[in-house]
Amino acid sequence: MTIATTQTQVPVNVDNDKCIAEKGCTVCVDVCPLDVLAIDMLTKKAFMKFDECWYCLPCETDCPTGAVSVSIPYLLR
Amino acid sequence: MKRIDLEFDLVVIGGGTGGPMAAVKAKEKNPKLRVLLVDKANVKRSGAISMGMDGLNNAVIPGHATPEQYVKEITIANDGIVDQEAVMAYAANSFDMINQLDQWGVKFEKDETGDYAVRKVHHLGSYVLPMPEGHHMKKILYRQLKKARVEVTNRVVVTRVLTGADGEVVAVMGFDCRTADTYVIRTKAAVLCTGAAGRIGLPASGYLMGTYENPTNCGDGHAMAYHAGADLANLECFQINPLIKDYNGPACAYVTGPFGGFTANSKGERFIECDYWSGQMMMEFYNELEGGNGPVFLKLDHLAEETIQEIETILHTNERPSRGRFHEKRGNDYRKQMVEMHISEIGFCSGHSASGIHTNAMGETSVPGLYAAGDCASVPHNYMLGAFVYGRLCGENAAAYCAGHGQGVIDAGDVAAEERRILAPLGRTDGLTPYQIEYKTRRLVNDYLQPPKITRKYEIALRRFDEIREDAESMFAANPHELMRAMEAHSILDCAEMAARASMFRTESRWGLYHYFLDHPERDDENWFCHSLLSKSAEGRMQMRKKAIEPYIVPIDEEERSAYQRLRVAHNAEAA
Ligand SMILES: Cc1cc2nc3c(=O)[nH]c(=O)nc-3n(C[C@H](O)[C@H](O)[C@H](O)COP(=O)(O)OP(=O)(O)OC[C@H]3O[C@@H](n4cnc5c(N)ncnc54)[C@H](O)[C@@H]3O)c2cc1C
Ligand code: SF4
Ligand code: SF4
Repeated sequence: MTIATTQTQVPVNVDNDKCIAEKGCTVCVDVCPLDVLAIDMLTKKAFMKFDECWYCLPCETDCPTGAVSVSIPYLLR
Repeated sequence: MKRIDLEFDLVVIGGGTGGPMAAVKAKEKNPKLRVLLVDKANVKRSGAISMGMDGLNNAVIPGHATPEQYVKEITIANDGIVDQEAVMAYAANSFDMINQLDQWGVKFEKDETGDYAVRKVHHLGSYVLPMPEGHHMKKILYRQLKKARVEVTNRVVVTRVLTGADGEVVAVMGFDCRTADTYVIRTKAAVLCTGAAGRIGLPASGYLMGTYENPTNCGDGHAMAYHAGADLANLECFQINPLIKDYNGPACAYVTGPFGGFTANSKGERFIECDYWSGQMMMEFYNELEGGNGPVFLKLDHLAEETIQEIETILHTNERPSRGRFHEKRGNDYRKQMVEMHISEIGFCSGHSASGIHTNAMGETSVPGLYAAGDCASVPHNYMLGAFVYGRLCGENAAAYCAGHGQGVIDAGDVAAEERRILAPLGRTDGLTPYQIEYKTRRLVNDYLQPPKITRKYEIALRRFDEIREDAESMFAANPHELMRAMEAHSILDCAEMAARASMFRTESRWGLYHYFLDHPERDDENWFCHSLLSKSAEGRMQMRKKAIEPYIVPIDEEERSAYQRLRVAHNAEAA
């Protein structure tokens, strides 16, 4: 059997112009209780890697540059 | 992937609410004790109180309530099935804990005289203390962890508590959810503070992480306790909450009640006297929802503008701050519309209900050296302050236990078996995904276990869970993160089966909707005025037994006993 990847629009958006992950910031990745954020090795910016969000907001609240914005996941909205 | 071997005196599992308190208090009791706090998330922002809390739901403060009154209230709210000594241990230590938190910098609401501003939400007494600036809670706990020099390991998912020849705790195992390194932590004692089992049922939205509880809390602790040989108590007393529909978070009647908000039916009429969450309250909610007067709403649109603004400030900055965002998208304005509510999927939680790992008034489980505090334990209606108080009791009592015990002997075979179990999904390149296993389990929980309970449906559920157990053997994980979800899926399956077996055992109805059993619709005090205990048999299967209710230390008279049965507003009463 093969494995398919199903596309989904994730609820967390990172503004690449504001994100300073390339300077070593990993705050949002560190605080997320579900560990669903990561730093993209190519762009050196934070992004939502897994669509498993509790819409709890530590990532947005603790980001030092205001780069993160969280929406309510589409299925709940 | 490597294996990491560590040695401590005490390991606290889960660093949300009760966990940090347990670790700090164990260190205060014996600063030389080697204490490790492990969390699958990061203790800076983990657990139910990740973004703070709206208030204390069960503060027992002199001048407002006595410990005896509180024990009575909870005994009645929980239909008599309580170990009063354990509830009393909470109540008697509640005020000291509030003062401790106040000293640490937690801001509680106070009146002009500096006294705590307690509000009435429960049926009988006054126990709710607002925390308008409750969002600082995690920072305050973190400061105390640093001060007490507790060692912290984040992002390690604990999977098993290993026991020695006498059934005592000898080690804790787990893995790093980013590297898949496995951990074998030798220890004399452990405190489980893994929170509720909040990921057993499927939210009506279908979004797996759209739960009331922090979804990190998927019942790992319940599963670990079971496999370590501990008793679990009254699991059939499910947690089911009245929540904002789809958002699946608190609306929240505890905050808005004292301001004049209330739960209403579609006509805008009050139908319950009291919004305190109990099984009976949920039954009335369910009846209204399913009857001609549904849906059910939280009504605030009759309140003054300043009051609504104050409510918005609390509800949209604290605890679940995305509530405001949700309402905005829906076009919900507290001034103009009532907020639509619904009932949640099922879970185990002693914070709100009474289901969990059995503990006594010292926080001890039935496994020597294993303690449990907070939502995963069994002291009913314990909420956040209960997690703190029992965190303290477990930390102190575990420290005392460590003083009298050496390190035990770890069975190398047990370690090897658990390492194999953990790493198996990573070793496969093909199979079912953790998402598929979890989704199907939780969907079946909704289909078959959500009350009203029916024997035939429960039998079908058990058969289907067995099938999923077989399927789960072919689960594969492409990376350490998915491995975390895979191991969680095993815990969820264990909890689903526990929920079914415990429910089928208690052949009566009790706790309103929580255990509304259609084949046995009446409460049967003659046969079922007792706890139910679930444990692992010698053959490795789930077994059930009864445990007599411990003698009451606060007597309850006949009239009081049925107070929570009289929640429904009298038929022709005026709408409030
Ligand atoms: C939305 C919401 C609102 C609430 N509102 C109130 C309120 O206003 N007032 C009130 O008094 N109470 C309230 N409660 C209840 C209160 O928050 C809880 O009773 C209390 O916080 C529970 O504490 P705990 O330590 O048991 O669990 P938590 O604080 O949830 O901590 C559990 C921890 O265990 C970790 N963990 C889980 N599994 C593992 C594992 N396998 N390995 C390692 N770590 C693990 C988790 O990451 C988490 O950090 C609310 C709860 C919720 C969910
Ligand atoms: S916290 Fe903000 S700045 Fe830091 S990595 Fe995340 S998005 Fe970028
Ligand atoms: S809202 Fe919460 S769960 Fe979602 S990405 Fe941010 S921290 Fe993680």
